[in-house]
Amino acid sequence: MPLDLVLNVAIGGVLTGLVYGLMALGLSVIFGVVRIVNFAHGEMMTVAMYAAVMAFAHWQLDPFAVLLPVAAGLFLFGYGLQTSLINPFITRPEHSQFMLLVAIAIVTVNGLLMAFGPNARTVLVPYALDSIELGPLLVDKVRLYAAGTALAIAAGLFAFFRYARLGAAIRAAADNHTGALVVGLNVKRLYAATFGLGSACVGAAGCLMAVLIDVTPTLGPVYTLLAFVIVIVGGLGSMMGALVGGVLIGLSEALAGLVLVPSAKSMVTFALLILVLLLRPQGLFGRRA
Amino acid sequence: MTDWAGRMAGDAPPRALPLLAALLAALLVLPAIVDSYVLSIAILVLYFAYVGQAWNIMMGFAGQLSLGHSLYVGLGAYASAVLFVHHGVAPWIGAFAAIGAAIAAAAIIGALAFRFGIAGVYFALLTIAFAEFTRIGFDHFPWIGGSGGLFLPVARHGESEFWMLRGPPVMFYYVILSMAAMAFAMCRLLMVGRIGYYWRALREDEDAARALGIDIFRYKMLAILISSAMTAPAGVFFAFYYNTLFPEQIFSMLRSIELILGPIIGGLGTLFGPILGAFVLTVLAEVLNEVLAALGWEIPGARQVFYGLCLLVVVMYLPEGIWPALARRLGLERRR
Repeated sequence: MPLDLVLNVAIGGVLTGLVYGLMALGLSVIFGVVRIVNFAHGEMMTVAMYAAVMAFAHWQLDPFAVLLPVAAGLFLFGYGLQTSLINPFITRPEHSQFMLLVAIAIVTVNGLLMAFGPNARTVLVPYALDSIELGPLLVDKVRLYAAGTALAIAAGLFAFFRYARLGAAIRAAADNHTGALVVGLNVKRLYAATFGLGSACVGAAGCLMAVLIDVTPTLGPVYTLLAFVIVIVGGLGSMMGALVGGVLIGLSEALAGLVLVPSAKSMVTFALLILVLLLRPQGLFGRRA
Repeated sequence: MTDWAGRMAGDAPPRALPLLAALLAALLVLPAIVDSYVLSIAILVLYFAYVGQAWNIMMGFAGQLSLGHSLYVGLGAYASAVLFVHHGVAPWIGAFAAIGAAIAAAAIIGALAFRFGIAGVYFALLTIAFAEFTRIGFDHFPWIGGSGGLFLPVARHGESEFWMLRGPPVMFYYVILSMAAMAFAMCRLLMVGRIGYYWRALREDEDAARALGIDIFRYKMLAILISSAMTAPAGVFFAFYYNTLFPEQIFSMLRSIELILGPIIGGLGTLFGPILGAFVLTVLAEVLNEVLAALGWEIPGARQVFYGLCLLVVVMYLPEGIWPALARRLGLERRR
């Protein structure tokens, strides 16, 4: 197999992986703080994808341009979801939370199906087929832009949790629930803000994914699963882990598509997950509980 | 034998036995009364009651959340169907191969997960991963049809051959009814036996159970092995009832979720929960179909949206499931 082909595919995989990483980052942040596993994560991304698709179809707006409004919309959605439905479930057993989010996921997927029908939709931006030449290597422009944006948003989120007062308060609520209550933090509001932030991440990732793949309502479960695999590989609750896990999965998917039949590529992903769960169940960047 | 019977009746509330007998009698005469449409729904209800009962052993009794039970259904279905299609082996024999395949898969998953102390969300994800891995593997395995599917020869009209499970829906109804009844009896036996108490102990508090001398690894293994072995025959039934198998369908995560909804809605860890949940969900889905068709709202997805909303309401307002609330109403609470 020619080396430059492998390299081209590998670069594409890494760039896609960064967008995966942003999506998984949302899941990881939510779990790390609220301790809720968002089983409707991929479904929420699909909602954002349709928002981007509609903006492009009706007003010819570039998905990169609507990224912030869509992320803001998803923030409100996540905030509302946490305050209205999820907060009462925080003390319930795991399977009960799981059922709640599965119900939300079912309603979301099929709501989209009702609204938009089963057919795939695409966002064909004018520069969709352009690429940048680097010697023998060809890098897709959209993929590069998407990966760059994902990286910038992730960096912003890191900075928020590191330096902002609200970020510090959220970390406090995650570290010590009772302690946070004692010092007078409104933990329920912080949880809602966190769920909102996680949703905003996945909303931004949805806009970026919309330029990379065809959009159908049934993508939701597939990407929920992918987000899980990434955060488990990276370490549930670790932000760095989610990003690195995303890159790893993106890369292994791309290379597996080259070596095996493309339809068998997620077998490698799941094999990787099984390996990580067995050898290092806390994930690559996770701390042992 | 009498000891068994005595233990099974043991602490059951006095009104439970006559009610159970009445339910069984009603189910036995059902095909004589209803038309083929209702019969097909009844088959579906009993199918979900059966698999729900099998899954309930793992989650309801032993507290291990498996989200990959479609793996055992699929392996059971494929094992028996391949033997039938390629070698003409009867499903009653093929069922042993089906159970063997499911047990082998469960042994691998259980040994890996429980040896390394993987539990909760992580365990659930591991079970999904194995099911998805198998699904994609079967998609690329041409001898068993690959993604194009595996088809069983359909019975000729009027033909009824019990040994090969080729026949009219009534035959399948009685097969699944006896399976569901046996699963119920088996779960009752497990529940009142020593193993049932061990399971519930480790479900409630693993450390405390270990301190009492319960071999955690061994009893978790027994839970996954028994549960998978019970799930596999459901796959055999599925294969011979529907006659078509696609890896995409039978191993999909949606199947796994579908089969756990019943016991969770009905009441986790109870014997009637899986049955009641299967009944409520299946009938609800059918009624929604009818109502939406009558209103002319046959948009794809509309039914599932209502289904999801109903689920949401039950999860929010009946966290223990329907059965515990209903049992209190009927005066069927356990004697203390």
